[in-house]
Amino acid sequence: MRYRAGFALLIALAPACSGVALAFLPKSFLVLAPAVAYAACAIFLLGLLARLWRWTSSPVPFRIPTTCGQQRSLAWIPPARLDNPSTGLTAGARMLLEVLTFRSLLRNSRSRAGSDAVTSHDSLGLWLGAIVFHWSLLIILLRHLRLFVQPVPAFVLTLQKLDAPFHTGAHPLYLSDVALLLALAYLLLRRLANPLVRYVSLLTDYLALWLLLEVALTGVLMRYLIGVDVTSIKQFAVSLAAFSPVLPRNCGPWFFAHLFLACSLAAYIPFSKIAHMAGVWLSPTRNLANNNRAVRHINPWNAPVKTHTYAEWLEENKDKLKSAGIPE
Amino acid sequence: MRERWLITLGYGVFVVFFTFPLWRAAAARSSGSMPRLQSSPAGQCVAPVEQMRVAHMNMLFQWREDAVRHNNLTFVAYNGKVYRKSLDGTCLSCHDKQQFCDRCHAYSGVSGPDCWNCHNDPRAFAPRVMP
Repeated sequence: MRYRAGFALLIALAPACSGVALAFLPKSFLVLAPAVAYAACAIFLLGLLARLWRWTSSPVPFRIPTTCGQQRSLAWIPPARLDNPSTGLTAGARMLLEVLTFRSLLRNSRSRAGSDAVTSHDSLGLWLGAIVFHWSLLIILLRHLRLFVQPVPAFVLTLQKLDAPFHTGAHPLYLSDVALLLALAYLLLRRLANPLVRYVSLLTDYLALWLLLEVALTGVLMRYLIGVDVTSIKQFAVSLAAFSPVLPRNCGPWFFAHLFLACSLAAYIPFSKIAHMAGVWLSPTRNLANNNRAVRHINPWNAPVKTHTYAEWLEENKDKLKSAGIPE
Repeated sequence: MRERWLITLGYGVFVVFFTFPLWRAAAARSSGSMPRLQSSPAGQCVAPVEQMRVAHMNMLFQWREDAVRHNNLTFVAYNGKVYRKSLDGTCLSCHDKQQFCDRCHAYSGVSGPDCWNCHNDPRAFAPRVMP
């Protein structure tokens, strides 16, 4: 475990360091930028597919869904269809709701030991932080398509317009940017401030948050405070997507910091807990219907047991039994 | 495993979404290179090109504040030249909205600036020369 964390740290920090170095290196080192971007994308895609393949090929001999409601049983007992799905369809619906709305985090509660009793109450901060973070990240990722695709898809332009309802200063303020930073700050402070959460937090938990924060901060700085030549950046991004990379001239050091940090994050994802973006779909406690009693599931690798049933024994000894006058 | 086709479908969806820019670029068949803009006929802008590329929006925003709120219409450029803080009179006397502003804004998907809520493109309303 310690080895894996160190490996993850190396993968995450090496490109980031080279990005910072690049900002101060001569222009001929610009050639590193497309190489790092391609390498990061390849590691992300192939690494995630390899991890998915490992999960796919792991046998799931028994159904182990987490159930949070009444199982389907007798006709007159109303089942909790979503929280205890008994068919593939309802299991899929529960999975979709989980992925889109994080229903399981709504069950988060905190217990407190009082003088005479332990009380427990709902704690929705984690759910709120998580859902704001994930949805704003999705919106920001989709907005980035304006840099990679030429001509810009119509839905990206619409999304941009919806995301920036207030015209503030020379740059429209994207609400998703504000929401992402606030949510990330909350999630990090929660880890640091709550002693129970701090106790179970590992280096890799902080690393994921730090990387995301750094990518977001460099992006926000670049867009709102420092300013960059967007057309040059777009030319670089489009040329990457067309597999004929041009060197990113005139893009400025902050762009490289942003790019290399984003590459570090992408390359780190398959080795980290951020792989939950793929893992949640293959999680056996989530994607299976709870029909252990309604359907017989046979372990596929059961060794073939040589059996000799009573019916077979009767059939074999039919004549002897008959001649001895023993009733079947 | 009976669900293998479903999982394979999931792989496919993931790969297709992740590589969206690749096949979209192949389908669009546009060169993707940035628009080549004509340099201003006067040969000199109010600030160096690199600075205008990065920060022209800040300058225009500042000019608007100065002109509308403070009635301060004089801009002294980096090389000592004096310009009038005017989009129509200064910027658009050299640059063309459609050939200059719009091309880069469309290319980088920067939503339309507020300029044209008040200002007109003077060349769009130029009197036609009758033959």
